Amino acid sequence: MTKSHIELTINGKKVEALVEPRTLLIHFLREQQNLTGAHIGCDTGHCGACTVDMDDMSVKSCMTFAVQAHGTEITTIEGVAHADGTLSALQEGFRMMHGLQCGFCTPGMILRAHRLLQENPTPTEDEIRHGISGNLCRCTGYVNIVKSIQYAAAKINGTPFQEAAE
Amino acid sequence: MIPGTFDYHRPATIEDAVALLSRLGEDANILAGGHSLIPLMKTRLASPDHLVDLSGIGNLKGIKVEGDTLIIGAMTTQFELIASEALERHVPIIAETSRLIADPQIRYKGTFGGNLANGDPGNDMPALMLCLGATYSVTGPEGSRQIAARDFYQGAYFTSLEHGEILTSVSIPIPAAGHGYAYEKLKRKVGDYATAAAAVVITMADGKCTSASIGLTNVSDTPLLASGAAAALVGTSLDRTSVDAAVLAAEVITSPASDMRGPAAYRTKMAGVMVRRALERAQSRAKG
Repeated sequence: MTKSHIELTINGKKVEALVEPRTLLIHFLREQQNLTGAHIGCDTGHCGACTVDMDDMSVKSCMTFAVQAHGTEITTIEGVAHADGTLSALQEGFRMMHGLQCGFCTPGMILRAHRLLQENPTPTEDEIRHGISGNLCRCTGYVNIVKSIQYAAAKINGTPFQEAAE
Repeated sequence: MIPGTFDYHRPATIEDAVALLSRLGEDANILAGGHSLIPLMKTRLASPDHLVDLSGIGNLKGIKVEGDTLIIGAMTTQFELIASEALERHVPIIAETSRLIADPQIRYKGTFGGNLANGDPGNDMPALMLCLGATYSVTGPEGSRQIAARDFYQGAYFTSLEHGEILTSVSIPIPAAGHGYAYEKLKRKVGDYATAAAAVVITMADGKCTSASIGLTNVSDTPLLASGAAAALVGTSLDRTSVDAAVLAAEVITSPASDMRGPAAYRTKMAGVMVRRALERAQSRAKG
């Protein structure tokens, strides 16, 4: 089968590659670009651990072919921190609010929450829970994840942080 | 899970896409959002030799109002349906239904046309299109034709679409201002297909129901138009007896499979419950 030439931007860097059409975006990122932050959880499109940001959409990269990402701009967890290496508001939120235990779902959670806060900078707890309903966490029970996102929203907006009710 | 090998094509126009599909024959599949097809390819339940990706065709996207008709391009995503002010103003039941499909990530990629055209009885939009009396525009090697949504679904994964034809857009008559509407879906979790679901659109005047339309999701091989149930409501005040009759009329036309979502008898009852709940909510929203 013919390989396809793709050009895209990943974490601000232009990338060109030849890919087999059947190569999934998650495999392209992890194996050809050595960006192993996005995880393969269920491999069936349910868990959201592979979520990356593609042209202002949260996308499950295990359900997307790399060829479909031609011409797009992608952000992975490796591109989320500030240029000087300090943590983004969301990363800081997950750290401060203990928004992770094993950490496997965290890159997907943070990328999804990143897009949610771009679209809705002041989400209610309910909107956060609906917003991350495509991401599964098997450790935390979500309470601290919701708090982490609220922490980040407050930090970005410069407003006082109010914890979700337990 | 790695899909089988295939060649990838991204045509820029509908004509090119149709020509490609004709030339490549039955071994070619259309790729829209990919969230139904790619899982099948990963499990090798589908192994097309060619994928024709429609995402490069600009004029398959968009939502516009022409007179009293709403026209939605087939490649419009669920996310775009939810965000559309025109839909919110004219046919809000579409966004209400979209919000119950899959999860946020999948709604960014999943398309309206894909949900309508792949013929999966679990998809939510087809029953809504039956309810709204939509018409599908399809283009193939012989040119374009119109198919009523109510004639489109023949069986599970079997539609009136011929190989080589592409669903390009959907025309929906805008329901009367002040209409009541609701889409009620019973599902086990976010992202699940319906155990049963019902789309209801009604109009009311002086406390009487003047028109009603009801579609049912995932309780048969195809989406169902519950005409008998709707007929039981017109002219009534949606009193208990009339609603009971409509619920019964909806239940009798279902023929769900017994599966992990429940035994057939349960799913039939749930179809009735969804009709009842949707009617209550539609009535509370209807003006007149």
